[in-house]
Amino acid sequence: MTETFDQSEVSAKAQALRQDIIAMLTEAGSGHPGGSLSAADIVATLYFGGVLKHDAAQPDDPARDRFVLSKGHAAPVLYAALAEAGYIETSELATLRKLGSRLQGHPDSKKLPGVEVSTGSLGQGLSIATGLAAGLGRQTPAPCVFCLLGDGEIEEGQVWEAALFAAHLKPSNLVAIIDNNDLQIDGHCSALVGLTNIAQRFSAFGWQVLEVDGHDVAALHQALTKAKEAVDGPYAIVAHTVKGKGVSFMEDQVGWHGKAPNAEQAAQAFEELGGAPAWYVELTEGRR
Amino acid sequence: MAEVKMEATRAAYGETLIELVKQGVDVVAVEADLAGSTTTAKLGKAYPDRLFDVGIAEQNMIDVAAGLSLAGKVAFTGSFAVFGTGRSYDQIRNTVCYSKLNVKIAPTHSGVSVGPDGGSHQMLEDIALMRALPGMRVLVPADYVAAKAAIRLAAAVPGPFYVRLGRAKVPCVYEEPFVMELGRGSVVRPGTDVTIVACGIELDQALKAAEVLGGRGVSAEVIDMPSIKPLDEDLLLESVGRTGCVVTAEEHSVIGGLGSAVCEALAEKRPAPVERIGVRDTFGTSGELAELLPHFGLDAAAIAAAAERVMARK
Repeated sequence: MTETFDQSEVSAKAQALRQDIIAMLTEAGSGHPGGSLSAADIVATLYFGGVLKHDAAQPDDPARDRFVLSKGHAAPVLYAALAEAGYIETSELATLRKLGSRLQGHPDSKKLPGVEVSTGSLGQGLSIATGLAAGLGRQTPAPCVFCLLGDGEIEEGQVWEAALFAAHLKPSNLVAIIDNNDLQIDGHCSALVGLTNIAQRFSAFGWQVLEVDGHDVAALHQALTKAKEAVDGPYAIVAHTVKGKGVSFMEDQVGWHGKAPNAEQAAQAFEELGGAPAWYVELTEGRR
Repeated sequence: MAEVKMEATRAAYGETLIELVKQGVDVVAVEADLAGSTTTAKLGKAYPDRLFDVGIAEQNMIDVAAGLSLAGKVAFTGSFAVFGTGRSYDQIRNTVCYSKLNVKIAPTHSGVSVGPDGGSHQMLEDIALMRALPGMRVLVPADYVAAKAAIRLAAAVPGPFYVRLGRAKVPCVYEEPFVMELGRGSVVRPGTDVTIVACGIELDQALKAAEVLGGRGVSAEVIDMPSIKPLDEDLLLESVGRTGCVVTAEEHSVIGGLGSAVCEALAEKRPAPVERIGVRDTFGTSGELAELLPHFGLDAAAIAAAAERVMARK
């Protein structure tokens, strides 16, 4: 793991994750680019910015921090991070969503090391993370549990059951991150159900809240580190993001929630992202 | 006749969890505002840090338990069966079972024996829901002693379990020491003319029916089948091989529960006439247990009549 924070290194990793995401989805022919791209900087800061204590060689280390991807449809960004961190070979990213793959359409903890719990049915991760944080709370030092939620996801009532209970339980090792890209399948969250002021809502439930530009890795690092080290938790970090971030024609476009790019679109995306990942180049060149 | 001890299966819950803690099992219970009713409050009183009461939030209850299990705990969940399985089905399916977590779904107040609270609270589809889930093991203990054994068994075997507990005081069939084995039923009363397979509080009714049938010259074999999934097919097939016909008896819908499990096994491996005793595709209704059993055709008389019908079909 990275002990020190190097802004340019983390930004480069975030860009690598984006390249992987586009390549994986293009190869798979389906999947969720928008919410994967919006979370790339968050996930890169966690995994490569020295925030999440983890070791690819010991995915079951009891002392590791835990990452719960509550918005399970963003599986590609998690798989990309696990590959870039060495949990799996990058070439395995080509198997996403295919029969026999460990890289299921939504994360399956029984299949893939590094996936803490299976997710995909929205609204459950914060409850799981709360129980996990409570259960780990007696270890010294207590591992930190990071839970990444989508903003659309917090329309699920269970999230607020968890928010209420966690604020009562006060686990200092629980950090929720809300990927606030303001888009869900049927439109903008703010337009669809008036979902605004997420920070105030968590604050009203008794959480410590930080707001941050979800694409500024330095700001993310500062907020995540503060939340992890604080003893007055739980913390909710509202990360303001752009869905589809990094690929111009996907940015803030509702149509790119759950659609894979075709070869042409992928080529344009790679141009904007500084290239295609080596594993993907090798794969596609091998077919020519 | 010696007085039969009466006790609710839910009474075994908190007590057995306390026993498990004393034995060094890292057990916790997660409740949804019904700790007093389910009796897990006893655990919380003895060991405050082992009971998590999340309030009226059953979905959160299941997933908080999931998280605790990920931290190494043996996590039991409570609430009433209708909420603890039905309202939280997706959490049980997509988190507990899909991740194969060490969570034991053990709500109380299953079946019509909830009584006066009525149909909204009388859960009659829980066995069907839980049985359909990949990897879920389903236990329906017949009495207080069996309930203790079922909770011990669920705690001892890793992975998801459903343990069906009830509110009403029911006669004790078993005596301690008693051990329940996964996938094993037992012949409680041997017989030769008809096999009655029962679970839960219907075991007592089945034994009473066998008495009635005995008086009419019919030798009924009564099998207690607490392990609905995995089902003790060997025992079932062996018994039916001798008797040639079956009555199933459960305090549950005839759709998807013990009766269905028995029919599925027999249809594939040894077809035989079956009559199913259970609630027939309807909701429950308010009343006392003693009234509800005959009302829904779940009493000993109904089982005896079903036995005679099924014997005529051999």
